[in-house]
Amino acid sequence: MRYLTDDEIRSLEEKANEIRQSIIEMLVEAGSGHTAGPLGMADVFTLLYFEVLRHRPNDPFWNDRDRLVLSSGHICPVLYATMAHAGYFPLEELLTLRKFGSRLQGHPHREMLPGLETSSGPLGSGLSQAVGMALAERMENQYSSKYFYCITGDGELNEGQIWEAMLLAGKEKLHNLIVIVDRNGIQIDGYTKDVMPLEPLREKFESFNFDVQEVDGHNMRALNDAVGKAQAVYGQPSIIIAHTIPAKGVDVFERDFRWHGNPPGKGPEDRVSKDQQEEVALKKLRSLGGAIVPSDNI
Amino acid sequence: MKVQEHLNPNIFSENVEQVPNRNGFGDGLKDAGEKYPEVVALCADLTESTRISEFAKVFPERYFEMGITEQSMASVASGMAAMGKTPFIASYAMFSPGRNWEQIRTTIAYNNVNVKIAGAHAGVSVGPDGATHQAIEDIALMRVVPNMVVISPCDVHEAKRATVAAAEYEGPIYIRFAREKTPVITTLGTPFAIGKAEVYLVRDSVHEKKVGIIGSGTVLHHAMMAAKQLNEQGIGASVMNLATIKPLDEEAVLAFANEHDVLVTVEEHQVAGGMGSAVAEYLSEVRPTRIVRVGVHDQFGQSGKPEELIAYYGIDTKAIVATAKKLVGN
Repeated sequence: MRYLTDDEIRSLEEKANEIRQSIIEMLVEAGSGHTAGPLGMADVFTLLYFEVLRHRPNDPFWNDRDRLVLSSGHICPVLYATMAHAGYFPLEELLTLRKFGSRLQGHPHREMLPGLETSSGPLGSGLSQAVGMALAERMENQYSSKYFYCITGDGELNEGQIWEAMLLAGKEKLHNLIVIVDRNGIQIDGYTKDVMPLEPLREKFESFNFDVQEVDGHNMRALNDAVGKAQAVYGQPSIIIAHTIPAKGVDVFERDFRWHGNPPGKGPEDRVSKDQQEEVALKKLRSLGGAIVPSDNI
Repeated sequence: MKVQEHLNPNIFSENVEQVPNRNGFGDGLKDAGEKYPEVVALCADLTESTRISEFAKVFPERYFEMGITEQSMASVASGMAAMGKTPFIASYAMFSPGRNWEQIRTTIAYNNVNVKIAGAHAGVSVGPDGATHQAIEDIALMRVVPNMVVISPCDVHEAKRATVAAAEYEGPIYIRFAREKTPVITTLGTPFAIGKAEVYLVRDSVHEKKVGIIGSGTVLHHAMMAAKQLNEQGIGASVMNLATIKPLDEEAVLAFANEHDVLVTVEEHQVAGGMGSAVAEYLSEVRPTRIVRVGVHDQFGQSGKPEELIAYYGIDTKAIVATAKKLVGN
């Protein structure tokens, strides 16, 4: 972990904003896909790809890279957009999302796009894969400084497999594993508290022998500090519960679970009509520059 | 009739040596572990009965006890393979690939990673445990998954060689094993290669009627016994061991079909989607052939002695003989 200057924070926030604009553009072009999760996780992905991860966008198979496993595959627009901005592939390719012949499949496919560590979409299996990777790395080199990051959704925590994987991560004391939970409180059928209550979540994770932190998922400095602390944990896997606002950045989309699985142009119309959704979203984001104000939503 | 010389000479003896073919998995995995340091093993709380214990004893640092987490185990193995390991995962076939089919499909096959799935206690011959533990759908489940190779070894030696061959093959493989002691059919000199079918018994050419029997798994012994009886009773019957069900050895199957009037397939599995289906699907496109599939017909298993169940579901020597006779009009 590195201390970030105010300028660096500002620059990351601006990058996140650019990534959010790309997400809107690619979803509109695709005509389908998820909006709330990708917008909500833009800050986390920006921090990871532009500050935290050891990786080489021009050498995606570099053996010494950290591994990032996206378990909640449906939020891949944010992964693709961040990877493109980081230099893995041309920005124009983002507009091929979900189209025939595209490397940007509706849910990520490892075989198609270098830089993707796994294929995902069916929920709950990414964490097991990250655990397997972390375990294999420790077999090779118990002093390895490689980190294995796994991004999961919160609705995804309904899946039994998640808890199977956590049992193993705790048993194996995988301190090279850092899980980041996108705690946005929504899933397709509604708010997570109604569909399948998860709280007390921190206590659940602690009881599985994880080191647990909770952080504002839109506050770059807080996120960076949390990742740094997670890296320093020894003898235990780490979880960062990143409290995020679904559709963060576009105020008229925020916090409404109906934006989970719809692209701009096909979302709920209470606050903005379908034909205005793209324009309003992009206008809003452009007006913010890098100044998406960190919220106090914990 | 001619029995291949490389087979067990006691194959038709009442005192034929009987060994569970899962022992071959245990031995083979230990050998593969010695040869290939990247081989690792994972098991879901069935270490002894899957025989993965043989590997665990010799390579404790390369063995991972997963607890009863078949779904996670499949994906953990995928992650290990992504880091260059060659993981073998073992449980009962009912649970892996039964319970964790989607994890196998997405995180192993779609990812196209080098994971080997060992499904133990397959078939009704599991016996007293009953239908909940008798996987008779596993071949169908694995056969429809792209990138997946499916092998059903006929005895302990073939199981061992299939296991070592699986370690040497790059890509996902499913191998099924049985619980019970079954006759040793092959020897260490019997040829084995993934994707290669072998004719084990060639019919008496003097007989006018020609039945080709294609078997896989431990019930291949019943196919051999049935063929012997048929040849003795004036019907020319041959036996092919189709150990690799996917990819299908199309050339060998077509040649076998060409040499016989009718075919009988024999497997300890649902007739829907199993080895017999694979043969029928292929031949119906290139050489329509009369085929009767011996196996379980859309039923669940139940408790009983293995031999009782094999007989009840019509997969034993007697049933194969009767099926073949009926088919050729005797």
